[in-house]
Parts: sequence; C-alpha cells; structure tokens
Amino acid sequence: MTDTLDPSPASALANPLANPLAARDHARAMGGTVVETMPVLPPMATDLPQGVAASDLVWEETIAPGGYSTHLLARGTRLRLIDKQGDACAGLQVWNAAMPTERLNVADTVKVQWNAYLGAGKLLLTDMGRVLFSIVEDGAGTHDCFSGTSNAATNAARYGEGRNSGACPNGRDRFLLGAAKHGLTRRDVHPCINLFKGTRIEEDGTITPLIGPFAPGREVLLRAEMDVIVAIANVPHVLDPRREYTVTPLRVTAWRGPVTLGNDPIRNATPEGLRAFLNVEDYFRR
Amino acid sequence: MSTDTHLAGLPATILHDEIVPARAPWLHHVAKGQTLRIVDLEGNQAVDFLVYSAADDAERYCAQNTVAAQGNLFLRAGTTLMSNEGRPMMTITASAVDYHDTIGGACSCESNTLRYGHHTRWQHACVENFLEANLWEGRGKRDIVSNINFFMNVPVEADGSLGIVDGISAPGLSLDLKAEMDVIVVVSNCPQINNPCNAFNPTPVRMIVAA
Repeated sequence: MTDTLDPSPASALANPLANPLAARDHARAMGGTVVETMPVLPPMATDLPQGVAASDLVWEETIAPGGYSTHLLARGTRLRLIDKQGDACAGLQVWNAAMPTERLNVADTVKVQWNAYLGAGKLLLTDMGRVLFSIVEDGAGTHDCFSGTSNAATNAARYGEGRNSGACPNGRDRFLLGAAKHGLTRRDVHPCINLFKGTRIEEDGTITPLIGPFAPGREVLLRAEMDVIVAIANVPHVLDPRREYTVTPLRVTAWRGPVTLGNDPIRNATPEGLRAFLNVEDYFRR
Repeated sequence: MSTDTHLAGLPATILHDEIVPARAPWLHHVAKGQTLRIVDLEGNQAVDFLVYSAADDAERYCAQNTVAAQGNLFLRAGTTLMSNEGRPMMTITASAVDYHDTIGGACSCESNTLRYGHHTRWQHACVENFLEANLWEGRGKRDIVSNINFFMNVPVEADGSLGIVDGISAPGLSLDLKAEMDVIVVVSNCPQINNPCNAFNPTPVRMIVAA
C-alpha cells in the first residue's frame, strides 16, 4: 500500500472538515456575519418615519447588485425603497397574493391614468381594474413603464454573459426565480416597471433612458392596496449604455399600516383611480 | 390576373383568407417564413394582437422587449416583434399606416369600469376575445400579456399625457408580418365603443396568410 491509500492521523489533521461535526462547527462559525446586502431578521431599522412602531416592521433587507428578493405584503403595508448609492434599479413584478393570475398590468397603468410617467399619487393597476400599490411619496422622479427588464439575450449582447449563474444576471431570469419561489412559472412573469432608472418618451416615440447615476439616498414609498406578492430585481436598466454591469445596493423596508380610508387623497384624486379603489373595496367585501 | 387589390405584393400562394367579423376573436397558426397581411377594411379599426411561439407557448410577444430593442415606442415597417425570451417572432415587412401602438394594451370589462364607469362592465372587450381564443389551446389568463394594437394611435405628449386618440388608418390600408418562427397569432377585432380607437364603430378586418 501507498501512503495515499492509507490516510494517516497526520493527513486527517490536515483536513479539519473530514467529519460531520467538524463541518458543522465550521458552518456554525459563519453565523452572525453581517454584510451590507442581506435581510435583517427580525427586521430592524433606526430610521422609520415618525409614528411607525418598530413592532410593525415586516421587511428590512438590502438587495445586492444583481440580486433579487420577494415578499408577501398585506394590504395597507408601506414599502419603502432606497437607492443607497444612486445606481440601483428596482424592477418590480407584482401579483395579487390570493389569486396570482391577477397581476400588474403596465398597459392599463399608463392608459387608465392618461399618463406615461410614474410619480407621487400614481397607482399601479392590475389587469382586473384594481390597485396593487399607490405611490405615496417619490423622491426620485425617474421611473420607467415602457422598456422592461433585461433578458439572457440582451445581457449576452451587452456584457457577454447574462445567466443567473454568472456575474451579470439578467432581470427576466431573476424574476423567473422570484416567481418560482411562489409557485409561479414563466407564464407569470409579465412586463414590469422600473423604479429609480427612468425613460422619457420623445415626440417621435424615441425612448430616452435616464440612467444617472443619481444622488445617493433617493426614496420611493409605496402602499399596498391589496395583499400582494412583490418580486424586486436589482439589475442594470436594459437601456443602460454602460459596458460594465453597473448597479448598486437597493434597500427595502416595509411596515404594517392602515388600509386606505374613504377620505384618502390619493384614492379620490381622479375618477379612474377612485373607481379602481371601489373595485378593490368590492373585492375585499366578503 | 386577380383584381383583388388587397392581395397586391403578397407571395403567390394564398394559404388562408378570412374576414374576421366586427368584435370577434381570431386564432391562426403561421409557419416560419409565411406572411400574414391584416387589412383594415373600413378604416380605423384597432386590431389587438398577441403572438405565441408554436413550439413553446410560454414564449410570447413582449411589448417591452420590442420597444427596448428598437429604442422607440411605435411599431413601424421594419420593427421586429420580440419575445419574452428576447428572440425575434415576427417582422413588420410593410405598413401602409405610419405607426402602430403597443403601449395601450387591450380593453377589458374591468378596465372599462375605470375608464368609463361601471355601466360599461357588461360590454364585450378585447380581453374576453383573447381569453376565449386562447382557452381553446389550453392557455388562460396568465397568458394574456401586453399586446399590439395595429391601426391604433396612442401618442405620448411632452408632459406625459397619453391616450387613445383618433386613428391614422383608412379604408383598405394594410400591414404585413413575416413569421420569424412558427407562431400562433391571436387577435381581437376590437369591440370598443367608448373611445376613438374604432371610430366608435367596430368593423370587420381581413386576414390573409401567404407563402
């Protein structure tokens, strides 16, 4: 026999992960590591708006560049997104949690509100004439309903590679994984909206991307008007002209809040929006 | 020689020729290389249009990928219709109308309640047509994505104002689409009567497939 076929005590010492308990100790030693881009459990934040109790926090996470996350949010929940360094791009897919065949409809969102651009007071509408989210506050002003997210082909063309397993994951494949975590499939990933990276539509239809980078710390505050599943992909905007895969961390914070009341100014701002809220209220009248 | 001017310029072999009645759905399989011509017989008739890959119908038209790929919202001659997987599905090889819409989506009973009021809830709508046609091939509500509206005019103003306005089509104008893969075309000949997309009067359209 040779030495290599007959492990000696010395070679076992040279490999400290040779038995399960050693591997367990090694794994457990990683616990408690804190990095910037991770979920915080239980959620904790020191910068909640005045009047929001720490006990109402339901989600605190910083999504990595190229990362994604999903969450179930109850009706009334406030969802705050912060572009920490000025180069985040929050692609959003939203479904009715109780019936995910109902989802964000970008076409109805712009058509029903007679406007191409998202901002404070605007609604994200479903294909069933209801409101998924209201935009309560908008400190960014550069958002996009038109150009969607990247896919394997666009990332391969721009960065040479775009798979989930690589360094430049594309938005559609991020959404597919996020959707799959809720039992949804390729058929359920529809057109999305992008927050923080925008587009402007010129008179001849030209899409002008508004990519920044922008000032750090811009915030958007949404209010869930139904029980929703939200998937957020933080990937470069599909029309970002930079050759490098450029995106920075996206912070997400959510807390419980009251269901929108009948005298809410956003609910009552337009006749179309009011009827969308009437449809939501009818849906929850059980 | 044919005196049918609607056939002018098409390949010689007509594989299918059908008049879709006003307000009706239409579904047809178009093989790679074939040309689909849509004729707006009476003018300003919105033709709501979806397309699926015949080999894998989870791959389908993606309005956002299509406009992002060309950097422009309007569909014109030369536009390639892109799938959700970023692949070419069909190309607009000719269009007698300057541009077509793909941001306005399809009318539905539900969105009609928002746009016009709950008194319109009972009216027929494009999503009803899309659903009815797709259900026959096992597709359902999850498969209804943002569509194309041929012969429909949706400008975006400098302040972001956006809306369906008077059409720019006219009787007998047509467009041609060449299939870049084997596809399933699903159409709603739009029944909307509450906005100018059909000049408040839904009319028939003609569908011709040639190769």
